[in-house]
Amino acid sequence: MATEILMPALSPTMEEGTLAKWLVKEGDTVSSGDIMAEIETDKATMEFEAVDEGIIGKILIAEGSEGVKVNTAIAILIEEGESVDDVTPTAAVAAEPTSAPAPVAATAAPAAPQVDLTPDWPEGTAIKQQSVREALRDAMSEEMRRDENVYLMGEEVAEYQGAYKISQGLLDEFGAKRVIDTPITEHGFAGIAVGSAMAGLRPIVEFMTFNFAMQAIDQIINSAAKTRYMSGGQMGAPMVFRGPNGAAARVGAQHSQDYAAWYMQIPGLKVAMPYSASDAKGLLKTAIRDPNPVIFLENEMLYGHSFDMPEIDDYTVPFGKARIWREGTDVSIVSFGIGMQYALEAADKLAEDGISAEVIDLRTLRPMDTATIIKSVMKTNRCVTVEEGWPQGSVGSYISSVIMQEAFDYLDAPVINCTGKDVPMPYAANLEKLALVTTDEVIAAVKQVTYR
Amino acid sequence: MATRKSTKKTNVSADELKLYYREMLLIRRFEEKAGQLYGMGVIGGFCHLYIGQEAVVVGLEANSKEGDKRITSYRDHGHMLACGMDPNGVMAELAGRFDGYSAGKGGSMHMFSEEKNFYGGNGIVAAQVPLGTGLAFADKYKGSDNVTFAYFGDGAANQGQVYEAFNMAALWNLPVIYVIENNQYAMGTSQQRSTSTRDIYTRGEAFGIPGEIVDGMDVLAVRDAGEKAIKHCRSGKGPYILEIKTYRYRGHSMSDPAKYRTREEVQKVREERDPIEHVRGLLLANKYATEDDLKAIDKEIKGIVNESAEFARNSPEPDPAELWTDIYAEATA
Repeated sequence: MATEILMPALSPTMEEGTLAKWLVKEGDTVSSGDIMAEIETDKATMEFEAVDEGIIGKILIAEGSEGVKVNTAIAILIEEGESVDDVTPTAAVAAEPTSAPAPVAATAAPAAPQVDLTPDWPEGTAIKQQSVREALRDAMSEEMRRDENVYLMGEEVAEYQGAYKISQGLLDEFGAKRVIDTPITEHGFAGIAVGSAMAGLRPIVEFMTFNFAMQAIDQIINSAAKTRYMSGGQMGAPMVFRGPNGAAARVGAQHSQDYAAWYMQIPGLKVAMPYSASDAKGLLKTAIRDPNPVIFLENEMLYGHSFDMPEIDDYTVPFGKARIWREGTDVSIVSFGIGMQYALEAADKLAEDGISAEVIDLRTLRPMDTATIIKSVMKTNRCVTVEEGWPQGSVGSYISSVIMQEAFDYLDAPVINCTGKDVPMPYAANLEKLALVTTDEVIAAVKQVTYR
Repeated sequence: MATRKSTKKTNVSADELKLYYREMLLIRRFEEKAGQLYGMGVIGGFCHLYIGQEAVVVGLEANSKEGDKRITSYRDHGHMLACGMDPNGVMAELAGRFDGYSAGKGGSMHMFSEEKNFYGGNGIVAAQVPLGTGLAFADKYKGSDNVTFAYFGDGAANQGQVYEAFNMAALWNLPVIYVIENNQYAMGTSQQRSTSTRDIYTRGEAFGIPGEIVDGMDVLAVRDAGEKAIKHCRSGKGPYILEIKTYRYRGHSMSDPAKYRTREEVQKVREERDPIEHVRGLLLANKYATEDDLKAIDKEIKGIVNESAEFARNSPEPDPAELWTDIYAEATA
């Protein structure tokens, strides 16, 4: 059966091209793979190969023709004994998607967002004091007892007992099969962990600091976060990447970065950033059980801090539920991680000046409990965000945009984002202090939005 | 095209040889059809064809068993067909249709099959090497005797993460076969211009990983080398490297003007070393098959491939609601 040979699309963006040269003439026999013509696109000259066998019955577009649209018939291929008049036109298939664009979801804010106000533990629960360090270790050991497929991998996590002693005792209890020291090769071991998660294990990858995870960020984002989507839901990477994040003390520009805003942007990842010990424990247990990749951002400065820890078996904290540390009426201070320290200190001092601040700890940044923020802003009409990271593209700037879109009419002042300064972290003690966000800056921001 | 006559005596049965012929031909014809559909705009974006390299995957799959895993780069159509994935599902995915392996959301470079233990389909050069090492890590952790084939090209062999993975695979004795599909060109850069070592597999020696060079245009040579490598890995001796010398006939992707090599170079390989013609010659010379037998196989394959194209074109585009699915798995705890 005679068929038309169509002008091919030779690149993802080609719509038309020049038929520069015919390398066959009418009457020639061609077979699959033979080069029939040279076609110039806007990028290059490409060879056009035959796919089917046959005889070139007629050339329809002469060489040298410019602006030949993709899918135009350029020649007719016939079989032995046929004539070009037997042609049946090849149906050109539209490359355009035929689906109508999805309507944009209405963004009107609900009058009063639904917020889960259940306390983290019931009144009357026995409480002990525990450090963030111990809380993290307990979370891991409880989950490793619960699920054989959970294992811990990272630099110095086993024999050294953890660079920051988070994994103290785990090697003794679980052995070298499940508590694994790696060479200093973040890119490689992050990839191995992701592969093992795709095959059904539940790795916890400890980065000595998230600064070193930049070596591994391709595996975190391109492999761990995207596989579920790219596979149409067939497989994913249920795992946790955890370690200290943000500034420690006097460790300079390469060891002091806050990655909250970076990871928060990635669909497919979940991001937790606890402040207190109970959240560290409850969120880490939830993270380990979560069937998705979770970025778990800790803070070296908080490891030694002790907090109230409920004496509850199997204590977990859900993702996407903020914690209101302090109720107030004049301003909403929204923070997470170590930023909470400045937020709470500021709220104490502001109370002395008669300003009542509501302090919200987001705890997880993806999913983010924006309902709690909106509900609070509807009450206080003012908001200040606090974080250690840089200002441009910060977590606070995202929160500001959400408030503007969902509670604009409730705002009595612009939202202020208190952030780290827009500089690499300096080493000198005085400069480092200047680079970090401070309690005084939070107080000043609150006074500005409350017009005091 | 000239047929390469081969009278070599072989340790292969007629049925096995016919199977290899059929599987290689399926990949060849499937890829030709994909190229055609690309030209018609049915397939978009990037599309990397496997034509010329068919003997590599077919030879290695000959000795795989249930539960063995495989992972590769973006030049992945051949791997999927060779491990038994459905041509209809693969073609529909290439066309971005709902009945594709990833519901149209992955495309040529990102397809997976949980059922066939195919872990992609990776668009980042060499990322699949640590990932494949991790698949093997999981098998060792679970105490199974399965192995993982981690395929990568001569171009990927220069990525640092490959050697991070080699180190840990050797250190932890992981059952992974690193398959270097050396088709001699990393996109447009020849091996001589990009790679300091002549034989890439020798880089494994630094980590204590054994390896060898294999003629990737000879499916039987690949099969035999694969058998040895698989045996090594299954018996707990750790990783193994196969550097398989092969050749891709088409461009790096569809939009490759291929100015880095001559037309004659490609033509010479096609005429003298084509892996499918090689098996065809063996089948005829050993009287394992007649011309008519082979014609019947050709016809059957053509039917399968045409059906896959029809299937793909008739499958609907994914529903707009699919945009928002498969981003997160539901937490059950």
